[in-house]
Amino acid sequence: MSALTAPVTVYVPRDSAARSVGADDVAEAVQRAAERHGRSIRLIRNGSRGMLWMEPLVEVATAAGRIGYGPVTAADVDGLVAEGLFDGAELPQRVGVVEELPWLATQNRVTFSRMGITDPLSPDDYLRYGGLVGLVRALEVSPAEVVTEVTDSALRGRGGAGFPAGVKWKTVLDCVDELKFVCCNADEGDSGTFADRMVMEGDPFLLIEGMTIAAYAVGATEGYIYIRSEYPDAVATMRTAIEIAHGRGWLGDSILGSSLNFDLHVRVGGGAYICGEETSMLESLEGKRGMVRAKPPIPAINGLFGKPTVVNNVLTLATVPTVLADGAQAYQQLGVERSRGTQVFQLGGNIKQGGIVETAFGVTLGELVDGYGGGTRSGRPVRAVQVGGPLGAYLPRSQFDLPMDYEAFVAAGAMIGHGGIVVFDETVDMVAQARFAMEFCAAESCGKCTPCRVGAVRGVEVIDRITAGEHRDENLALLEDLCDVMTEGSLCAMGGLTPMPVRSAISHFPDDFIARQPISPTSTLHISARTEGKP
Amino acid sequence: MSVALVREIAATHRGQRGALLPILHAVQDALGCVPPEAIPVLANELNLSRADVHGVVSFYHDFRSEPAGRTTVRICRGEACQALGAERLVSHLRDRCGMSLGETSTDGSLTLEQVFCLGNCALAPAAQVNGRLKGRMDEARLSSIVEEAVAQ
Repeated sequence: MSALTAPVTVYVPRDSAARSVGADDVAEAVQRAAERHGRSIRLIRNGSRGMLWMEPLVEVATAAGRIGYGPVTAADVDGLVAEGLFDGAELPQRVGVVEELPWLATQNRVTFSRMGITDPLSPDDYLRYGGLVGLVRALEVSPAEVVTEVTDSALRGRGGAGFPAGVKWKTVLDCVDELKFVCCNADEGDSGTFADRMVMEGDPFLLIEGMTIAAYAVGATEGYIYIRSEYPDAVATMRTAIEIAHGRGWLGDSILGSSLNFDLHVRVGGGAYICGEETSMLESLEGKRGMVRAKPPIPAINGLFGKPTVVNNVLTLATVPTVLADGAQAYQQLGVERSRGTQVFQLGGNIKQGGIVETAFGVTLGELVDGYGGGTRSGRPVRAVQVGGPLGAYLPRSQFDLPMDYEAFVAAGAMIGHGGIVVFDETVDMVAQARFAMEFCAAESCGKCTPCRVGAVRGVEVIDRITAGEHRDENLALLEDLCDVMTEGSLCAMGGLTPMPVRSAISHFPDDFIARQPISPTSTLHISARTEGKP
Repeated sequence: MSVALVREIAATHRGQRGALLPILHAVQDALGCVPPEAIPVLANELNLSRADVHGVVSFYHDFRSEPAGRTTVRICRGEACQALGAERLVSHLRDRCGMSLGETSTDGSLTLEQVFCLGNCALAPAAQVNGRLKGRMDEARLSSIVEEAVAQ
């Protein structure tokens, strides 16, 4: 009898991807069904486990563990409850004990260790599952020792460039200035990436802890999280989490009773892709147009408002607490070659089982796409995958043996970037994708340097001439030359890397670059409508 | 446009570092857009030139010079959504409501926009309806969203 009267804990994710396929309606239906069936439940809106094809994934706490049911629709709920959902009954949507699912169990969740398990806005959950251990340990040693720990962990910037985080931090620590900043780049604009969003929505205290450790390590007193406006849920969750953290003494003055003072602010972007570039983001934080700055000076020395500034991606900062908690050695033992630790890979696009796969570097592209991903959603063969966002290379199946390793990817003319993998089936038109890369660059270029601003427009024109059948070989040579100019002559990665998807498409899929019907006008971006001239 | 309101918003945020972007977001939240008449007011309040403020407003895609329709539907056209037919959704909208992305219907009920990545790449194609994320979008669901918007 007590089993029936004790409240059952039921989890329905609050992650915006889960909500995008009806998690809110499911949560409401669960509550109503519980009332109707006279069952007492405790409904927790947890983060998502990252098995996004299974969303909305309802979990029920049982003696055997958390049993998952997914995907569940709001219409299913009443029937499921009648047939024993709250008791973990065997039902068609039942997937078993969630933590034992091979898809999850074979991962190595380091940065995402709490993801989907906890209520993201419960500071008690955070503490119960290992939160703040890293910060407490950092505050016990000197700032220089924290920097050494991060350096020894071999943690590299997860935003795409892969620059060693410890080296950057040491530069800022060595600068003598009363005012220093820690800035988190949460302008996750690359298509195919959503790990930053999931951290902010699913484990926001982790990011706060990571930034606080960074502030202590380099002597900063103020921090900014620059979140893209396309992520309203992440903005709201981070703001609430910061308020809660202040209330707990995790932010503000004398953090955890130490001498550390650190204030953290959320800033919202303006819908400009370029603001994911660190210097452009700094300009935007200063209230200006997001125009890229020439480097040097580097932001570590001359950053926000000219002050020494740590700029790191969400995943980098969210990994720091684990490095401090478990030690550099433990983190550094994972991975291969110069790519140490884990990467949070994101599987998206035309994929059967899309979501988050966090695992040590060295896993192959094929293991991710065919293994975890289960191939395409459409059921057709995979033709190409784009790794690393809109500026990353398109790779064919023949490259599926490539290990996920920064240097191995560079050697193959590709990049890991932020760990996003977008899958396309055999219907993809690679010349259209190459054209899109140029068009996107033309639309989103900040306009400061000529190779990017003008080169991208010329790139679209040259590709159009190729598909129109005008002097194919000469125009392909011209396109190669243009790619050289953009790669070598652009100020930042926007113009500098746009040639990567274009060139990889040409080299791996040359047969697509032939005369054909003009690319449909619906697939053009209306560049004119997006560029200046407003208001 | 209420000049006093714009001044008040500027005053509320002026203490922040690099306050212009937060101010512009707040103006747009209050007025539905950043009207051209707000630019000289903000320039005056922040001791910037009108060109500076105009330059910032026009740089960011988010800031509108006129309010959007009562319902705003944004279709993601990033690569992950392209891989599952985002362009079919764009064509469907054009055929169904005779509108292109970037347009607002004449009755002010609907604004269509394009966006590049909503961070829902595993549940593509994605869209955003009045700020709410939608996944696994298809023509039928899009039609019902549009119908509902027009009826309101």
